Amino acid sequence: MTWDRKHLLDIESLRPEEIYTVLDTARAFKAVGKRAIKKVPALRGKTVVNLFVEPSTRTRISFELAEQRLSADIINFTAEASSLKKGETLKDTARNLEALNADFIVIRHSASGAAHFLSRVLNASVINAGDGAHEHPTQALLDTFTIRERKGRIEGLNVTILGDILYSRVARSNIWALTKLGAKVTLCGPATLVPRVFEQMGCRVTYNVDDAIREADIINLLRIQHERQRQTMFPSIGEYATLFGLTKARLARTKPDALIMHPGPINRGVEIDSEIADCDRSLVLEQVTNGLAVRMAVLFLVNGGKGPHEIAAV
Amino acid sequence: MSEPTIILNPQAIQRALTRIAHEIAERNENSVDVVLIGIPEGGVPLAQQLSLLLRDIWNHPVPVGTLDVSMHRDDLDQRVAPTVHPTVVPFDVTGKTVVLVDDVLFSGRTTRAAMDALNDFGRPRQIQLAVLVDRGHRELPIKADFVGKNVPTARTQKVHVRLSVPGKEDEVVLEGK
Repeated sequence: MTWDRKHLLDIESLRPEEIYTVLDTARAFKAVGKRAIKKVPALRGKTVVNLFVEPSTRTRISFELAEQRLSADIINFTAEASSLKKGETLKDTARNLEALNADFIVIRHSASGAAHFLSRVLNASVINAGDGAHEHPTQALLDTFTIRERKGRIEGLNVTILGDILYSRVARSNIWALTKLGAKVTLCGPATLVPRVFEQMGCRVTYNVDDAIREADIINLLRIQHERQRQTMFPSIGEYATLFGLTKARLARTKPDALIMHPGPINRGVEIDSEIADCDRSLVLEQVTNGLAVRMAVLFLVNGGKGPHEIAAV
Repeated sequence: MSEPTIILNPQAIQRALTRIAHEIAERNENSVDVVLIGIPEGGVPLAQQLSLLLRDIWNHPVPVGTLDVSMHRDDLDQRVAPTVHPTVVPFDVTGKTVVLVDDVLFSGRTTRAAMDALNDFGRPRQIQLAVLVDRGHRELPIKADFVGKNVPTARTQKVHVRLSVPGKEDEVVLEGK
């Protein structure tokens, strides 16, 4: 068992053993979801604040249910209906929440580094639920969990991430997790969204979609994040679909056991044909189920993590 | 640190388990209602061995399950998160006599967590407790129904139960002073 962290801020700083600890723990929590009584008392009496400064539906719901299944008390905080609208700083908002004795803060923010910042100014445990284009660690953990569950391993697999890499925190966290565990990662998409600089993270970069998916064991599709782009990075959605969309014809040219993943929300007809999104090689809904188990595991582990400072004091 | 003392060797462990199996059989006349549930990690191989011994006594299979208690512990925020083991209870416990099996009985807190965890799976008619070693120092009003060996210990000592480790003999060892 290898976990002594008080926060989960990114994948970049995790050791491979720590990633495996989360994945192994999540396996046990997945089994809890199949019981008649799906709730365990591990976080009974603890308070979790879901501080979602940037809009999110599926990640927030997944965290919320994970917290409920661990018997925690929950406060939901969204940017639209909050003091942040009235000009309060993030630090003040968070410290006010901590003054209510919150034990955990789950934060989603449009600014990269928001979770790291909070971990420095608060005593509570901080879990990063996505910060700008930086990282989305629980998404990478649930993707890795899903791949390992279906393929039995991560090491040596060819994983292709297709789409908007530049603006994607999901891509960054996945690249860290997959390369740490020994997978070979290929990135593909419009040249404006997949800069060569990603080769420095140990990835192969190609702009030919057929070349990218031919040997892939896993094809992870990412949505074009219109909300994060300051200008149009490619001519049109139609052209994107033609050049990079996963179609039935393209899928037929991949390995027969290649599996498709997508963190959602899906733009049917853009990055993926509607009929393949629902085919038996698509893991989209399994990812959702596994996301719940992974988030329960993260909360459970972080609860026991005392942080280097406190461990040294014991 | 003094030399570790062997409390039980492989033969003594087998004798203790055989005796426990007979005591379970003697206590429970309605043998078809008895199920065994091992608490990871040490209780799991013991529960499997007891199941085989009871099958020979009763001439019918005795179901075995595994119950992880880590999510029900009362010290989760005072320690590094424990390793979570799989829970496998492939039968309905409602109305059954559940014999919880663990390797060492110490504070009793694991047993309490196990009884809580079991609640989520149904309402047993009875819960009994079988342990290979009772080392004392209870912190809760809990007592074992079946004990392999009572071992007086100091709180600071450690009892190691090694079972089903490939290439090694089963043994129970007392360490420290």
